[in-house]
Amino acid sequence: MKKITVISEPAEGVAGKTGSWRLKRPVIDNARCIRCLICWIYCPDDTISIKEDGSVSVDYDYCKGCGICAQECPVKAITMMEEE
Amino acid sequence: MLYEIRFHGRGGQGVVTAAELLVKAANVEGKWGQSIPFFGAERRGAPITASARFSDAKLSIHSQVYNPDLVVVLDKKILDFMNVTQGLKREGSILINSPSHFSVMKDSAYKTWLVNATKIAEELGLKMAGWTIVNTAMLGGVIRIFNWIRLSSLIEAIKSNWVGQVGELNAKAAERAFEEVQIA
Amino acid sequence: MLKVLSGNHSAAFGALLSRINFVAAYPITPQTQIIEKLAEFVDNGVLNAKYVRVESEHSAMAACVGASSVGARAFTASSSHGLIYMAEMAFWASASRLPIVMAISCRALGPPWNIGNEHTDILALRDSGWIQIFAESNQEVLDTVIQAYRIAEDERVLLPVMVGLDAFTLSHTSEPVELPNQETVDHFLPPRSDKPYLLSPENPFTFGNMSNPTEHMELRFMHHTALRDAKNVILEADKEWESLFGRSYGGLLDEFMCKDAEVVIVVIGASSGDAKEAAVVLRKEGIKAGVLRIRVIRPFPSEEVRNLLSRVKAVAVVDRDLSPGSGGILVSEVKSALYNLRCRPFVKGYIVGLGGRDVTVGDYLAIFRRTLKSYEEGDVQEDWFNLNLEVLEK
Repeated sequence: MKKITVISEPAEGVAGKTGSWRLKRPVIDNARCIRCLICWIYCPDDTISIKEDGSVSVDYDYCKGCGICAQECPVKAITMMEEE
Repeated sequence: MLYEIRFHGRGGQGVVTAAELLVKAANVEGKWGQSIPFFGAERRGAPITASARFSDAKLSIHSQVYNPDLVVVLDKKILDFMNVTQGLKREGSILINSPSHFSVMKDSAYKTWLVNATKIAEELGLKMAGWTIVNTAMLGGVIRIFNWIRLSSLIEAIKSNWVGQVGELNAKAAERAFEEVQIA
Repeated sequence: MLKVLSGNHSAAFGALLSRINFVAAYPITPQTQIIEKLAEFVDNGVLNAKYVRVESEHSAMAACVGASSVGARAFTASSSHGLIYMAEMAFWASASRLPIVMAISCRALGPPWNIGNEHTDILALRDSGWIQIFAESNQEVLDTVIQAYRIAEDERVLLPVMVGLDAFTLSHTSEPVELPNQETVDHFLPPRSDKPYLLSPENPFTFGNMSNPTEHMELRFMHHTALRDAKNVILEADKEWESLFGRSYGGLLDEFMCKDAEVVIVVIGASSGDAKEAAVVLRKEGIKAGVLRIRVIRPFPSEEVRNLLSRVKAVAVVDRDLSPGSGGILVSEVKSALYNLRCRPFVKGYIVGLGGRDVTVGDYLAIFRRTLKSYEEGDVQEDWFNLNLEVLEK
């Protein structure tokens, strides 16, 4: 298809892997997590998902480390850890 | 005299402020400078650049800096995914915020300087919104390499930018980095 | 005393020194720092002005019209989509003959969204009846805002003024700027007079009511004549500014090595500095190059452009703007100014730097050389400079 204006098709990470923007990473303590998925609702980049074993995980390829999930988690199961 | 510097860092790290502070330091001595931020759709954390151009006399050019004499890297993780030396003059230098044992770019043809700006800033408690702010420490290193603006002018520029304790601590960071910066 | 200021802050300092007493504020990148700085001045008590946060750019200009009608020195700033949204009120302000000043950080229009430097926004309003002055440096931004009030409020003019500055290239670039002394500025720009009339409950009347075909044309003729004659007032302001502060911007035109030039680049805005640098390089090679920066876009300095370019062999008009379906806006203005010359120079139009694409000294060198070559070959084709064919063919 020839583009005559800018069109953005739905795709994963059109802006590239924005995980490199992160200075701190959210780490989920699945023992404490109650699976309420409030983090999933709040994540601006849709990086939260439930794995087959039922645990909640973060897609670090795209998580920018904004920390909203840690802020919103009602049981404080998410900790922001320094990247290195 | 024309000297151009390109700063690499992340959105929110004070990269644009660093370029501007250096111009303010030059202005203290009546020297001409121009700070040129580069804006795209970047947000906090995204890799960004800002440039500064210096001259004895007023310049009327306003285009971006393409062939810097010095490249300053505020966050060494940027080296993993960006070619920071692009366009750097053959005889140019690189200043990286890093502990002295850092080995990346050892094979580089460019003269590489290191300063542990993160350690300096952390020890002085320079934090903003959870981030350690290294820009003023990096400028101490820049002054040492550039050797055209006096350290005292940078201190004056820093102290008039932030009054009180914040200015004092940032000035201290610049002074320490000026002493501690070394060739890799 | 020189202070390191961005173009945006230079505009705000210009407004402060002009002792404005009304600001209508609505944010848009890359202009926002202007109204933010003014908010800071008002908050600190440095500036004694009514600061009104409005709900749109359209309302911003409507508020300025109201404030200026009762005698306030009104200021606002805008850019790109904001300016276009304001367009209806911009026409209203000028035909009401109100001396409002507005800074425009000139930016591209979407879609697609683009915040980069481009002059299409301000040039799209070239027919709005405002005076339009474009700066090359941050110093000129500051000085021109003050000059703008002096020109706007002159009884021979009574028209609003837009002061254009390039997005980012000036708006966010910081360089040393001399802050003029307030006392001397006050001498240059005395308080606004109540002539010819101000709205007031003591002397009730309205303006902007219906006009009939029997008088509408005459009103437009007066508007047009005032705008055209504003040239003299602009020149006077520049001369007096020079005598007080030692800086002149040439009034209508900023000519650089044009006197004996064979090839001249005509350009608007900050990148003229890079064009001048290219001309210096070519002079060293023996090529007689010059740069003509059009400082005032309205009133368009047709006679002055004609006089300067009549002796030139080849002219390159560099447009950082586009009138789709026609071409560069500046080139058509320049060609129209030259048309009645018996012996016209060769003119080639270039479209450059749309949406913030940088234009460098090297680019201007290429434009100078290409123009001389095109002159030899008689190639008058509009040139889209550095067009990326890969993007076109994708």
